[in-house]
Amino acid sequence: MRTDLAQDIVRLTGEHLTLVASAMVIAILLGVPLGIVATRRPGARRWILGMASVMQTIPSLALFGFLIPIPLIGGIGQRTVIVSLFLYALLPILRNTFVGINGVDPAVSESAVAMGMTDAQLLWQVQLPLATRTILAGIRVATVTTIGTATIAAAIGGGGLGVFIFRGVASVDTTQILAGAIPSAGLALLADWGLAWLERKLSPA
Amino acid sequence: MPLVEFCDVDYKIAGRTILSGINFAVEAGETLILLGRSGSGKSTALKLTNGMLFPSRGRVLVDGKSTREWNPIALKRRIGYVIQDVGLFPHFTVARNVGLVPRLDGWKGPDVERRVDELLTIVGMPAGEFRDRYPRELSGGQRQRIGVARALAADPPLLLFDEPFGALDPVTRFELQQQFLSWQKDFRKTSIFVTHDVREAMRLGSRIAMLGGGRIEEIIAANDFPNAESTEAHAFLKSL
Repeated sequence: MRTDLAQDIVRLTGEHLTLVASAMVIAILLGVPLGIVATRRPGARRWILGMASVMQTIPSLALFGFLIPIPLIGGIGQRTVIVSLFLYALLPILRNTFVGINGVDPAVSESAVAMGMTDAQLLWQVQLPLATRTILAGIRVATVTTIGTATIAAAIGGGGLGVFIFRGVASVDTTQILAGAIPSAGLALLADWGLAWLERKLSPA
Repeated sequence: MPLVEFCDVDYKIAGRTILSGINFAVEAGETLILLGRSGSGKSTALKLTNGMLFPSRGRVLVDGKSTREWNPIALKRRIGYVIQDVGLFPHFTVARNVGLVPRLDGWKGPDVERRVDELLTIVGMPAGEFRDRYPRELSGGQRQRIGVARALAADPPLLLFDEPFGALDPVTRFELQQQFLSWQKDFRKTSIFVTHDVREAMRLGSRIAMLGGGRIEEIIAANDFPNAESTEAHAFLKSL
């Protein structure tokens, strides 16, 4: 019994991490570039930030409901979960990218332009390095939230640590609930520390 | 041929006229001062010179060619630019800040390093002591010296100064003004220098263009400025 539980914890933690990591990778790959586009194109800015904010307001279970009937990205299982986790993670990353770049001292950006930097040089050599800290802070917030939100994946057969929690709630078994909640909280804390460390490590000067 | 020429330039933004009917020419080797109150459009005139802004009417010629016809990057690399807030890159060392434009222009590493050391010496900041420091480790005056070194780095024929010493304490400001005069003597650069400090204008300028309400009221030799006739110039002289 004991070893069974331990094995389950390891397996479901693995699943949980897979869900979170997949969603985060997609969210970063899309959120950072979209945030950059928002700083470059005032016309696109409202749409990009607006859409991401709207996503954030949809209750997660409702989002599952909307996604399940959609072909390719929907259905029962991990895929739907990853898509919705990604949609939630998008806003903090996108917004912090935007804010981080726009928050660079205008005198610094202006002198970069005045010295004849191309827009790409301004972005890569000046704005992104100076915005790194803010962007990473967005990724950190998104990761920690996603680890928590991912527990509801079990509701639509997505697996992960939520399996324990749903099972425990259904059978009024505190041990099961804790077997899901404690590793999940532990993962969130680890991610928080790890990313905070990275933030300090990578932030310039 | 003048290095810079403003031909009947207007600049309007959002229905507001910032500059109108601006005409002046800057001859090689001189320092033309644009003197005026805050909001008189002096900084706008500088940005029109290096193509950060374009005139709503009229033309700005650099080396006889309209700023609209210049490749925007090439134009900016030919013109050094020094602003009050300095705008050094906080995540670059002093050496990387100073060597930036030569590196953008594709200079080789050792050439850049040599040039950086040379420039640091020129601006009175021993390379051995300062090249590896970060901007936040410098005083305001030292930062502005680095700002000047950065502007001089690729040896541009034209320099634009936007109230570069405005934020410094009076003693440091005076020291940098003296330095400016000696650089000017050594390198014979052409400069357009924006200030609202009439003492600075008379000390550093060859000629002074008096700006008021978006227009040039008069252009007069700096040492003749006490005899200026325009009302705005009188207002400035009274403040002395």
